[in-house]
Amino acid sequence: MTKRIILAAVAILLVIASAYASFFIAPTERTMGVIQRIFYFHVASAWAGFTAFFLCFIGNLLYVWRRKQQYDWLGVSGAEVGLAFTTVVLITGPIWAHPVWGIWWTWDARLTSTFVLWLLYVSYLLLRTLVEEPDRRALLSSLFGIFAFIDVPLVSGAIRWWRTQHPQPVIMGGQGSGLDPTMKAVFFFSAFAMHVFMAFLLVERYALERMQTEADFLAREVEAQ
Amino acid sequence: MKNLDSVFAAYLIGWGVFFLFYLTVARRTSAVRAELERLKNQLPKAK
Repeated sequence: MTKRIILAAVAILLVIASAYASFFIAPTERTMGVIQRIFYFHVASAWAGFTAFFLCFIGNLLYVWRRKQQYDWLGVSGAEVGLAFTTVVLITGPIWAHPVWGIWWTWDARLTSTFVLWLLYVSYLLLRTLVEEPDRRALLSSLFGIFAFIDVPLVSGAIRWWRTQHPQPVIMGGQGSGLDPTMKAVFFFSAFAMHVFMAFLLVERYALERMQTEADFLAREVEAQ
Repeated sequence: MKNLDSVFAAYLIGWGVFFLFYLTVARRTSAVRAELERLKNQLPKAK
């Protein structure tokens, strides 16, 4: 419990510091102006969401292989936390896009694949509510989760492989791309802060799933007596 | 500064989503914790 409180405190301090850096340390971008500051929140949330989905994928793979409940707990925790981060990405993206593109949304490859990603993990969570038996629920959702993760590299690569309204990558984007060194430092600090915050949410959600399994087990014991 | 309201809106709504998510996890955790306590109290009685 103490470790979880320390993690929460560190996560809160880091996200406050990253918000301060995004507003007061990062320089204002020349063409977009102040609206570009959404970048430090939007992209950092997207990266943290991808990491959560990757942990979900690892949990799903390990469950299919080893059939241990702990891996299913990791799978569902990663899916829920990743979904929260992707929801933030899908909300902050249009708020940034509207003043810059003149539209809230367009069905280009990056935006569409991100929306599909969101729908896939909503489906993952819905699927879990439809299956009563715990082992069958864990196996079916793990198989679905492995399939759903295929969309993550598609979202990531969409702006490299296809022509999109969404800008080309500025991090590891190749020739002609890149960020001002201060912007890059603030971005990586924001991404780190969001990952620590994601880890905090994941630990909390994992603890809930573990307690729920214990409660289900005790309920069956009480019923049997 | 142009569009500063949009930047604040993005940060506020985004953190609102995270806060709501954390709130649902915290509420579910306290409900399961109460259920666990109830079940643990029932077990010795059943024995």
